[in-house]
Amino acid sequence: MQLVSTIVLDGLIDASWIFIVAVGLTLIFGVLNVLNIAHGNFYAIGAYVAASAAGWYYAGGDSFPALGLIIMLGSTLVVAVVLGPLLERGLLRFFYERDEVVLVLVTYALFLVLEDATKLIWGVNPYYAYEPYVLFGNVSFFGLSYVGYDLMLIVVAVLVGVLLWLALNRTTSGKLVLAVIHDRDMSSALGINVTRIFVVAFTIGVFLAAAGGAVTAPKISVQPGLAVTVVLLSFAVVVIGGLGSIGGAAVASLIVGIARSLAIHTAPWAELFIVYMVMALMLAIRPQGLFGTEGLRKI
Amino acid sequence: MLDWRSTAHLCMALVALLAAGLVLPGWANFLLVIALSKGLAALGLVVLLRSGLLSFGQGLFYCAGGYGAGLLMLWGGISDAALLVGGGGLFALLIGVATGPLVAGYRKIFFATLTLALSMLVHGALTKADFLGGTDGLNLRAPTFFGWRAGSAGENVYALYAFASILAVALAGLCRAHFGSVRGLLSLGVRDNEIRIEYLGTSVRRVVFENFVIAAFLAGIGGAINALALSHIDPELAFWTTSGEFVFVAILAGQASVVAVFAASVLLEVVRSWSSQYFPNAWQLTLGVFMLAVILFLPNGVGALLRRRSRPSVEADAK
Repeated sequence: MQLVSTIVLDGLIDASWIFIVAVGLTLIFGVLNVLNIAHGNFYAIGAYVAASAAGWYYAGGDSFPALGLIIMLGSTLVVAVVLGPLLERGLLRFFYERDEVVLVLVTYALFLVLEDATKLIWGVNPYYAYEPYVLFGNVSFFGLSYVGYDLMLIVVAVLVGVLLWLALNRTTSGKLVLAVIHDRDMSSALGINVTRIFVVAFTIGVFLAAAGGAVTAPKISVQPGLAVTVVLLSFAVVVIGGLGSIGGAAVASLIVGIARSLAIHTAPWAELFIVYMVMALMLAIRPQGLFGTEGLRKI
Repeated sequence: MLDWRSTAHLCMALVALLAAGLVLPGWANFLLVIALSKGLAALGLVVLLRSGLLSFGQGLFYCAGGYGAGLLMLWGGISDAALLVGGGGLFALLIGVATGPLVAGYRKIFFATLTLALSMLVHGALTKADFLGGTDGLNLRAPTFFGWRAGSAGENVYALYAFASILAVALAGLCRAHFGSVRGLLSLGVRDNEIRIEYLGTSVRRVVFENFVIAAFLAGIGGAINALALSHIDPELAFWTTSGEFVFVAILAGQASVVAVFAASVLLEVVRSWSSQYFPNAWQLTLGVFMLAVILFLPNGVGALLRRRSRPSVEADAK
């Protein structure tokens, strides 16, 4: 019984940060129709910026430790507002008329560039931002002691999901975004500013990835190689859940999180490939993903 | 079939490659062997790209070729380079035949992600397979060439280089002939409009399957050559960034010329060894910017430049 609750809770914790990152990827895909290989880099940059910001803040004495966490999140907002419009307007928009495979290649090139840019800026030594990790103390759960910060992550992920859903389904701007997802040309003909929606959606996607990096930064050592792992995890989530589906991303994050924690606790050798196994199985059985819709083929 | 002109070109290319190897220093020969092996994998990607499909899992077959050759040597006690490379290619081909029917139904990003998932699956399995060396991989011995064993490391590298050159030129010639054949030209039709091709009475799935298997075989041969050159195999061969490198070469080369694929591969290796010596932390950045420039300004790759100056391409004829 204890093993089950451990697996579920660990899985939930894992799922929560994966969801925050992957939902950004699915949003970008839904709106811009771009499968963003550089998404993991936004996560890594978010983690680095947040860790640097935390280092700067806590070096001056931590009179108010919670402020550090807020500064970390705030710094990733700056990252998104700078990088999002810059990359969408400065790079991606030149390729919208080309095949979607070309856009995959463009983001792959961007991945290569950002991977080295991160190394040039922050070097190859790890960064730590462990101070916020003790903020919420420890919580006892089914006789097991959990770090409060990890449980907070679950709450944050749920909040992100709900807010995003409400913003898309219950606000006017959100409905405009849905219209663009549904039919870009028709929306444009009806007078919706598609360009603006592209920029905003891409920026929010970048922010979600960077914020995912910021909230996980206290749990990990921030070092090169993060982007490569994270982009594959979020790829898996997005493919399993269905490209462009937020609900799908939520369910798929849970599947991936729990599958990973199941592997870690029962068959550690399978940890690396269980995710790809699920992803390959899903693609083989239902290529459009759990919640995806099958597109019509052009004749 | 190849016309006499193309055959003459290929023979000239082979003689030039073999002669160049005698003049060049050992490190350059080694670099060229690696470039040729990666060029073969990238050539496989070009075969797929002609039918409009981008694989992000070509590393799987590169890895299969490497492990196939490596295990034949370590477990099978075979040391002949031709048998090892042939075995590696065959092993990759069999995996291609086994996975082909699954992937042949997929297009666009689904094809890219499924091939990616398959190669990462193998990568994950290999890192945990202790009997195959796990993450560290396995070390191999120097091969023999038809009963002849090289006396020095330099001789060994040249022998391998000559062997790789013959294979690369022969396979490039075969691909060139395939591209001009009816089955090869069908791929272009599949890329443009597969439903029309289907209505004209050809199975699109079969065309994609064939291309996938050809790509797997080419990558397997390349992977086996790479394994013999490095005397080492490890799971990184199946990691997605290895596949990404092949994608880079294929995009840089474009689909107009098979020679361009090897030229692009050599260019990549030269840039890599040059910049990893002088800018160890910025060579990916250079590649990324280069790749963006190619996609933006040379959408048909470097090969289009080569073709434009000589005669109209096969693609142009087809249109």
